[in-house]
Amino acid sequence: MTAIDTSYIAGVRRQRESKSRRVTLGLVLALVLASAAALTLGDFPVPPEEIIRSLFSPLTGLTNKGVDFIVLQVRVPRLFLALLSGAAFGLSGIIFQTLLRNPLASPDIIGIAHGASAAAVFCIIVLGWTGLAVSLGAFAGALLTAFAIYILAWRNGVTAYRVVLIGIGAAAMLSAVISYLFTRARLFEVQQAMAWLVGSLNAARPGDSIVLAAMLVVTLPLLIILVRGLDGLELGDDTAHALGTRVEQTRLGLMIAGVALAAFATAAVGPVGFVAFVSGPIARRLMGGAGRGIPQAGLVGALVMLVSDLLAQHALPNMQLPTGVVTGGFGAVFLLWLLVVSGRSGRVN
Amino acid sequence: MTQNHQLMAAGLHLGYADREIVSDLNLNVPAGKLTVIVGANACGKSTLLRGLARLLTPTKGAAYLDGKPIHQMPTREVATLLGVLPQSPIAPDAITVADLVGRGRYPHQGWFRRWTPEDDAAVAEALGATDMGELADRPVDELSGGQRQRVWIAMALAQQTDLLLLDEPTTFLDINHQVEVLDLLTDLVKERGRTVVVVLHDLNLACRYADHIVAMKSGKIVTEGRPVDVMTEAVVREVFGMTSRIVVDPISDTPMIVPIGRHHVEKAVA
Repeated sequence: MTAIDTSYIAGVRRQRESKSRRVTLGLVLALVLASAAALTLGDFPVPPEEIIRSLFSPLTGLTNKGVDFIVLQVRVPRLFLALLSGAAFGLSGIIFQTLLRNPLASPDIIGIAHGASAAAVFCIIVLGWTGLAVSLGAFAGALLTAFAIYILAWRNGVTAYRVVLIGIGAAAMLSAVISYLFTRARLFEVQQAMAWLVGSLNAARPGDSIVLAAMLVVTLPLLIILVRGLDGLELGDDTAHALGTRVEQTRLGLMIAGVALAAFATAAVGPVGFVAFVSGPIARRLMGGAGRGIPQAGLVGALVMLVSDLLAQHALPNMQLPTGVVTGGFGAVFLLWLLVVSGRSGRVN
Repeated sequence: MTQNHQLMAAGLHLGYADREIVSDLNLNVPAGKLTVIVGANACGKSTLLRGLARLLTPTKGAAYLDGKPIHQMPTREVATLLGVLPQSPIAPDAITVADLVGRGRYPHQGWFRRWTPEDDAAVAEALGATDMGELADRPVDELSGGQRQRVWIAMALAQQTDLLLLDEPTTFLDINHQVEVLDLLTDLVKERGRTVVVVLHDLNLACRYADHIVAMKSGKIVTEGRPVDVMTEAVVREVFGMTSRIVVDPISDTPMIVPIGRHHVEKAVA
């Protein structure tokens, strides 16, 4: 036994906290810059001082109809939708990855996004719905799929391993359902459904981000209360129980929060691929052991979504890509990199 | 930590699904002593430990902490009195030693984490007791097996509980690290008056370090008491189904079990 100075331990802890603050600050700064770019870039050139005037026009009363429409009705809603949906995907992804102790266990891999997609395609092709109704259908599909996976994985409690395996099975089945629906549909409907499936911010309306923001306001407190339970849950169920965590309740609550976030975001922008999947590992890597990086993953998600959307809009001249195409390309490269890196060190993540 | 808490089991039945592992077991854990549970594989020793630690709900009977059925107590309240180190805890990737040990403070902290000087002091003390101070800011996955095991024990120590239950803490460790861990647990008992219960594989180390040994077979206690009083050749035969000779450990004067197999037994007299 040796005596350890308490102030030394406090110093080690403060170093960790300050690293975490630096990462958060850096991400916020990057988001501010990317947001400024999102408001400035576009076919209709608006000088920066005009953008600032327009943003404050509801307060100052200095209006300019044309510019205000572009800024307040087109660019701001799209920016907010990108930030909110990206953050929701990022948070949802890292909750599942942490809870199931597997970087592959993000909602876009374990079937929850597939549930939303299958429901949306069903609504478009079979029911002939459009717009908000499709989003609601997708939301219901995500919840239903998550519930089914949880029930199927239940055997005197839920183990991470079973959830991942059953989730992957569910994803395959739901993909089959989508393919089946396509074979029965007319070409126009297939086009419409495909546009939804790729995921896009092109149709951003002011109302979308307000709904999503309201949903986040409801979900985030639940998340904040439950997230401390991960202190124990990360160490295995027995250790968590030993530390006084109410294992099943905490896990179920966190899963509900994670599913709700994924479902809200998917309902708003479609199943934009890989944002949920890449945000957690990127945040973890930035933190480098200084913490779990849950809020940071939300920020990374927002940043990935926003930058991908900027690329989708402006990378190719005279052509707008769906956001999901960019995130998909980025995510695929990231997945390969993750597999190569983990292959070398002999473990995943 | 001057007050000793009392852990016992009465008519305890434990099992998974419809398979009963531990049946009608009674045990009084002696306070302020090192108790070691031994037995062959699948005899229910780990299951018993999990039952005592309220990680497993009994099918009948109960484990009692200070006279109250432990499964009905608020789990967080139990966590301030009784620490458990399960068999295979998981270290999150890239977590540092100090961070992991700090997780032991969980039951002492409120809903909104407020890290207090007492928490820092508890982590410092736990790291000091396990000689891990210099490694406080190192990632756990860079440590050796023995060091890692000490980190987990430090986490349980940071919980600052009077009772400490450990499930095979020496498995997969080299002999020198096994002895190190058992010395540490003995320090806790002798110098700090803690009550420690540990499941062990190695019979000879168990006999050397145990104040109180519990030998189990098929979910029942075969015998319990001071190793020097209860470990006999007959008990070893009953518990492990193996003939042996018991000699006196030249270092500690405790019983030392020398197994007798079919080969290399030239000096064994039938």
